[in-house]
Amino acid sequence: MTKVKTRNTGFSFGRLVIYILLIALSIFTLIPFVWMISASLKLDREVFTFPMKWIPETFHWENYSTIWTKVPMLTYFKNTAIIALSVTLIQTLTSSFAAYAFAKLTFKGRDVLFLCYIGTIAVPWQAYMLPQFILMRSMGLYDRLEAIMVLQAFSAFGVFLMRQFYQNIPSDLCEAARIDGLSEYGIWARIMLPLSTAAIATLVIFTFVGTWNDYMGPMIYLTREENKTIQVGLRRFIQENSSDYHLIMAASVVSLVPVSVVFLALQRYFIEGIATSGLKG
Amino acid sequence: MTSASRKKYRMGKLGRKNTLIAYSFLAPNFIGFAIFTLIPVILSVVMSFTEWKGGALSTMQWVGGDNYASIFSSAKVSGKMAELGFFGGLDYFFNKVDLGIALKNTVFYTVVTVPLSLVCAVTLALVLNKAVKGAVAFRAIFFFPYVASMVAICVCWNFMLMKNGPVNQLLMAFGSTFNKSWTADSTMAMWAIVLVSVWRNMGYYMVIYLAALQGIPRELYEAATVDGANRWKQFLHVTLPQLRPTTFFASIMLIIGCFKIYDTVAIMTNGGPGRATKMLVIYIYQEAFTNFHYGVASAIAMVLLLVVLLVTVIQFSMEDRYANN
Repeated sequence: MTKVKTRNTGFSFGRLVIYILLIALSIFTLIPFVWMISASLKLDREVFTFPMKWIPETFHWENYSTIWTKVPMLTYFKNTAIIALSVTLIQTLTSSFAAYAFAKLTFKGRDVLFLCYIGTIAVPWQAYMLPQFILMRSMGLYDRLEAIMVLQAFSAFGVFLMRQFYQNIPSDLCEAARIDGLSEYGIWARIMLPLSTAAIATLVIFTFVGTWNDYMGPMIYLTREENKTIQVGLRRFIQENSSDYHLIMAASVVSLVPVSVVFLALQRYFIEGIATSGLKG
Repeated sequence: MTSASRKKYRMGKLGRKNTLIAYSFLAPNFIGFAIFTLIPVILSVVMSFTEWKGGALSTMQWVGGDNYASIFSSAKVSGKMAELGFFGGLDYFFNKVDLGIALKNTVFYTVVTVPLSLVCAVTLALVLNKAVKGAVAFRAIFFFPYVASMVAICVCWNFMLMKNGPVNQLLMAFGSTFNKSWTADSTMAMWAIVLVSVWRNMGYYMVIYLAALQGIPRELYEAATVDGANRWKQFLHVTLPQLRPTTFFASIMLIIGCFKIYDTVAIMTNGGPGRATKMLVIYIYQEAFTNFHYGVASAIAMVLLLVVLLVTVIQFSMEDRYANN
């Protein structure tokens, strides 16, 4: 019996093929990042040599200090962090609040209102970004960080995700709490919120990463240099220094660092979040 | 009777109170949602029937279907149809009219990207579903492109696909004679965008497929083994049919995502060279924020909306069928 088992887990042709396939696909997945790092440590004329060198002859770490003097990276980071953190906070709070009403309270017009939310999930943002832009500009939000905040913070997706989760929490729990004299707000704060940490983690991660990486929104709304986010700022730097390949790659590497850290720390939640909600493509 | 009616009265009062409480829960989200999403959605429909170049609201003019006539270039297309026949007119629409080109490009991109992404995702999931060492690390590697920002990724791929870049050098080693930057070539530019999209999508859908694979009951495989089915037959007759709902869901999500593509194209080719990679959202953006044809841009947005709604409706009706089976 044991002999058979060791043969199955040990060396076999099938397993070898699987590992070769895995490693080949990993290389395909990671190669742009490796190339990016490699190019970021070269001189600009070394980036496109023939044949290409994966490891630079000398490591030009100074590229990484040069970009901070050429691009206001710190401002970009600060703006992006302010936007991403506020959006995540507002989104999570208001969505879980509204989702509680949709999932656990009966009131007039509930189904109609929920249909409004669901209906707009199917509407692509690109279809209404123009009237939204005009509306926001008339409210004086053009070229202000607040524009991106309100743009992202009230998405129907958050409400939908939280409602789905709340519906799986037994209503008897709320009923028992009501009999014990807890108000609806108390039930939300003391029962629903603690029970929904998994759903909240999913929503937080996706909102944060989505806002951090958002490109089109900030590009339309933010024009002043001091308001730009990292994505738009990086893009501007690329357009203005299009042949400084090494510096562009160094700036790109730096722009990826925060999201990579968040991802590595929370990757379990990312993957579980997608597997359970399956949404947000 | 009296107690019942009194109860009813009290319920009514309680109901009103409950409704007020419910509204207080909804208000923080709904006010933001109504102003920044619901109203713009309604406005976008209205705006597609008006002409407006910004400026004072009073300069907005109702023009009926003129914007639609202009994006479909209906006068010219029907002229060509009268001259060259129905297909001659269609040919003109899809090769000369901006909207036709954008539709053609978007559909081509979708038709190529969706199956490629699905095949890569299934392959990754099947391989990772075997008990391999380091499965968690591999899963994280394949998923990573999905969280990495598009600007950095697209610029990096752009460089890698340049004339003297590593990809062309690799292809040359296999005997290719292609010696141009991909994004400067009218055929290869589209494939560059497909490549980046598939590369980015596959990890995300791999996760969805992995969850689905783990949900397949073991008994099905055991029964198949008893019936004498080999690995390949088990894959064909157990795994694939069990993955069908997931594949359907993933295809719908991918199709909608493909129709909304903007970032990749804007950063890599900006619709070029010429109009070779001009997609629907690029077209909307150019009309709205470069040419300030607000009405025309809204009309194109309605075309996008219709396509996405159509796909969603198909999804719902098919889901009902799956549920009934």
